[in-house]
Amino acid sequence: MKVKLLFAVILLLLLSSLSFAQDDSAEIDTSAVVEELVLPAPPGNLSGVDKPNDHGHSIDLSWELSPDDGGGLNTVLQYDIYHWVPNLMLELNLVRDSISVIQKIIRKTTNGIIEGSQADSMKKVFEKLSRSELFDVRNSLTEYVKKGNKGLAEACKSYPEGGAWLFLDKKPSGTSTFDHIGSKEFKSSGFVPDFANLYYRVDAVTADGAKASSNILGPIQSSGQWYNTFRTPVVFSVLLFTLLTVFFVQKARKGADLYVRPLGGIEAVDDAIGRATEMGRPILYVLGLGSAADIATIASFTILGRVAKKVAEYQTELLVPTYDPIVMTVAQEVVKSAYLDAGRPDAYKEDTVHFVTQSQFAYVAAVNGIMLRELPATNIYMGKFFAESLILAETGALAGSIQISGTDEIAQIPFFIVACDYTLIGEELYAASAYLGKEPVLLGSLKAQDYAKAAIIVLAVIGVILAQFDFGTEFVNLFEVVN
Amino acid sequence: MKRLVPLIITFVVGTVLILSVFIPPMEGLGENFTLFFDIIAVFAFFLGGGNLVRVHFQKMSRKSDDWEFSIVTLVGFFVMLAAGLFKIGNPGDIASSVTADGSLFQAIYRSVFVPLSSTMYALLAFFVASASYRAFRAKNREATLLLVAAFIILLGSTPFGTMLTSWVPESWSIFQIPNLAVWLMSSPNLAGQRAIIIGIGLGVVSISLRLILGLERTYLGDDNA
Repeated sequence: MKVKLLFAVILLLLLSSLSFAQDDSAEIDTSAVVEELVLPAPPGNLSGVDKPNDHGHSIDLSWELSPDDGGGLNTVLQYDIYHWVPNLMLELNLVRDSISVIQKIIRKTTNGIIEGSQADSMKKVFEKLSRSELFDVRNSLTEYVKKGNKGLAEACKSYPEGGAWLFLDKKPSGTSTFDHIGSKEFKSSGFVPDFANLYYRVDAVTADGAKASSNILGPIQSSGQWYNTFRTPVVFSVLLFTLLTVFFVQKARKGADLYVRPLGGIEAVDDAIGRATEMGRPILYVLGLGSAADIATIASFTILGRVAKKVAEYQTELLVPTYDPIVMTVAQEVVKSAYLDAGRPDAYKEDTVHFVTQSQFAYVAAVNGIMLRELPATNIYMGKFFAESLILAETGALAGSIQISGTDEIAQIPFFIVACDYTLIGEELYAASAYLGKEPVLLGSLKAQDYAKAAIIVLAVIGVILAQFDFGTEFVNLFEVVN
Repeated sequence: MKRLVPLIITFVVGTVLILSVFIPPMEGLGENFTLFFDIIAVFAFFLGGGNLVRVHFQKMSRKSDDWEFSIVTLVGFFVMLAAGLFKIGNPGDIASSVTADGSLFQAIYRSVFVPLSSTMYALLAFFVASASYRAFRAKNREATLLLVAAFIILLGSTPFGTMLTSWVPESWSIFQIPNLAVWLMSSPNLAGQRAIIIGIGLGVVSISLRLILGLERTYLGDDNA
């Protein structure tokens, strides 16, 4: 009961301040001020469409430049974009702002609130509440916003009396388009309801503040689409590639002999493990600086699995210093399972995979230290590497280790090529696991990749030839993808 | 079961993320999965810190080779942890930022960590020189080509390069060293890079398909496809 009363009082307080907020945010009446100012010519033909291929809540606006923008009096400095919102939206925005202030008080992050601002006055009211009251009020206000949003579409029909013009954004002179990307989150103050009547206006503004308004656009509605037609070429490519992969995998399963060209770096892995065994020195495996979500790191996990299995069979020592705690956890699991698969679970040591640091150069210092102290026979660098690639590889070369590297970071490939004995370039890193395993099913996917590459080469050659003629552009447009 | 559940999760999450690229209402789901990853990452940080402490304590207790370095690591770890956790020397209260000016955390960061990191980074200059020396030895045809291309690009970035070929007439300006360097970077170099990028793109799709379809299971410790 107490909470309900509190909620009602706060809501009343907020709503009573609404008139102030409206006055503050609504259109400034410049008629008196601009009496002596020279008004610019207004922008013309404001039009808009629902943003295509999106999840809704957005409108694309376009207009003709004011004749005084770049010509005529040449006084237009910028365009102010406004949208009309019903009083209910203003009320809900205020409630959303208060929810945000309550959140900040709960999280003790009110430092950024400017003194004397509306948020500051809200803060002063809410700070008097206890923590549990704050939670209750926040939940009640959130529920209020949620219910209020359902009435927005109806409230939008009250144009023009039942609302006000709100400033949305400004664009510099010479601009004739604006994408109003609204939020789909009802809790956000930038929320734009779908299937509701929306109204827009664009003002040409001069340096001395004189404004001239365009025609009013509306009612216009936004809505979401179920399929992004801009990405149709990608859908076709992915489907084609998936079919190719499935076809070759099936072919491989039936026992077809699939030839894939040999990779020097992959063939060197077995030799390198053998060399380490003979020398009685460890193998250093570096997974790079990528996170577990990076595809290069995932590819590196698969290679680590193969290497660890061989290492377990040969009873060689493996060192895997990691940069990321999640990578460490996954790598531990991969290595442990590889030892298990090799039938040597007892040989697995908990320290094989260990965490070092999440600081780039501290990690380099630690790994370099391992290289110079342990003198590994083989260093394997597979994954995502950045500026540290050359420092690592050069130190390894100085320590006299055989080095095998692989990365998809274009800028680091030259460094690895220079400093390492074998380098897997780009896609070879992803293919390495399939090569190492030599399983027909995995080789099938590589075969599909080769055919896709051949198709791209053919298309590129056709594109180059057609580009010499007028209809080259049409061919290129077939593959255009808009984000 | 231990391997089936991760395979199902990989398939479902992978498929949803692919679909979310083409179906706008599913975009939010993709963002949610990224959030799930971040939440899991928070727990992994404790594992990372715990692993670091355990490994170095073991080294010290066993008196392994160079165990003295482990003392430095652990002292650094715990001092930074205490400085950040208890906000030692922070000008504000406990709610103020850990990196506020005047805090012990910020002081150690600026006076110890930054110079040490810069020192490591500076080593790169020397390593570039030694690697270049090794790469540019004209021991075969490819290395000779590399040497010539690198020489032109190096020369093209200097006033000397401009001066050297300033006499070449405008109609043959492509043979002026700075222009030749630009051409090398924007044509053969870019073409090579794009070929690698296309290969990487296909490789990413290929490995993703292998993981989503459960063909690649090495990361689960399963060698059998």
